[in-house]
Amino acid sequence: MYLTPEEEKTLNGEYGESLQKAIEILVALGDIYGADKLIPVKSAQIAGVSYKTIGDAGLEWISDLEGKVKIPSILNPAGMDIVRWDEMGIDPVFAKKQQEIIEAYAKLGIQTKCTCTPYYLEGFNVTLDDHIAWSESSAVSYANSVIGARTNREGGPSALSAALVGKTANYGYHLDEMREPVVAVEVDCELSGSDLGALGYVVGKTVGSRVPIFYMKNEPSKNEMKALGAALAASGAVALYHIEGVTPEATRKTFTRPDEVIPVERTQIDEVYETNKDILSSEIITIGCPHCSVEELEEIAGLVEGKKLQKEMWVCTAREVAERHPDLVQKIEKSGAKVVCDTCMVVSPATNKYASITVNSGKALAYVPSMCKVAAKYASIEDCINEAGVVDEN
Amino acid sequence: MRQVLSMKIKCRTISRGVAEGEVLLTNDAISFLGNVDPETGEIVEAQHELYGQSIAGKVLVFPHGKGSTVGSYVIYQLFKNGVAPAAMINLESEPIVAVGAIISEVPLVDRLEKDPYEVLKNGDRVIVNSTEAFVELKKE
Repeated sequence: MYLTPEEEKTLNGEYGESLQKAIEILVALGDIYGADKLIPVKSAQIAGVSYKTIGDAGLEWISDLEGKVKIPSILNPAGMDIVRWDEMGIDPVFAKKQQEIIEAYAKLGIQTKCTCTPYYLEGFNVTLDDHIAWSESSAVSYANSVIGARTNREGGPSALSAALVGKTANYGYHLDEMREPVVAVEVDCELSGSDLGALGYVVGKTVGSRVPIFYMKNEPSKNEMKALGAALAASGAVALYHIEGVTPEATRKTFTRPDEVIPVERTQIDEVYETNKDILSSEIITIGCPHCSVEELEEIAGLVEGKKLQKEMWVCTAREVAERHPDLVQKIEKSGAKVVCDTCMVVSPATNKYASITVNSGKALAYVPSMCKVAAKYASIEDCINEAGVVDEN
Repeated sequence: MRQVLSMKIKCRTISRGVAEGEVLLTNDAISFLGNVDPETGEIVEAQHELYGQSIAGKVLVFPHGKGSTVGSYVIYQLFKNGVAPAAMINLESEPIVAVGAIISEVPLVDRLEKDPYEVLKNGDRVIVNSTEAFVELKKE
């Protein structure tokens, strides 16, 4: 791999050990994947934040690093709401370790906003063909597919290295040829709302880590595409998908229709809603995987207005989005639901104490049963709120 | 007359450094998260070929890593606990082990010019010099 004289100096340790380790990681990955050089990236999003995931080893490594990041950098969701962790029933020992992890990242100049939707935040708006180094699988999918930016699925240390160096190795989804679709998904019916998360859940397993192109009967919204991509990345390992005539790269050019076709029928989508249907009443309902957009918060606020929920319900979003819309947060919380920031039902140990959960996310449906050992049921946003057991206030 | 044979095998550098140790070979891939006890360096996965053996201080030869990316941090934990392998040799390295080796200063190489499963056996003393991209086998 070609390195500039400056990059060679960094690799030889002339700018300190932390930067040396960081560039060594980028070069090693570049060599493994056959990159020709390092390229500048506009922003980084770093995974490996929840104490539940990285443990003491991860905390030690981050704490041992020195220096400052060179590009806008933020974090993936943590294991708890940083402010209201006590209300979530988080163990104080866990909370202390979680705070230490976040402080260790802050010391490196990383913005300590913990979200899976960085694209909603100030300073992280990316556009078509921008190169970035993001970690969170659903954010990677959204950036690549819905925005048309370019990122690989970075691991925690490689995203952190990219943040410190301001560059990443030029391989994988940074290259045009790796962005061509290789498998077609033909959907034979119109889909809306949570159907898209179900679609991702259904086809992700078959698609695996390949690039699919969808041929749809109707055009999904950006929020629906967010749900589709998150589920594709969870049940499979999809980092980029196209939708014919909809996503930016599939509008800019006409891709050759791949020979391999995965047909999807309405009955397959309906089956997802039948998962664990013997659970008559879930103990908790969660919405916001990935974190809710403003439009989604508006929709939820509208649906719960004038109602009192009888069960625990979490609405997960980025703290910055919640702080920008205190009116919506207030409306939602008036119903008894909690607007939970910095975390979600998948990464927080607070989920583990429930026996059953209802979600409107294909990603949560794929992960919660194995990661939190909680039986999960799938429903539309309206049915999620019905499941929460509402009574009219009047 | 005692003859000391030494064989140098070229390879690709993944994590730079120099280390010497005894070879421990396995044909099984390793998921550092789950397969290895970070406190002791022992392989704790019952289905694994190296079950019950310690990788601490060894030149660990395995085809490649697998499993969760948290495995990188487990290698760091082994290093912090003083029970990391001295060096590692892969057929083909992947990111989890590569990143773990770099942050833990464990020399790691792959793509040896000769098949490591043919030229190396358990207990051989080798030097892994990944800074200069060779593995040296010492035989008396």
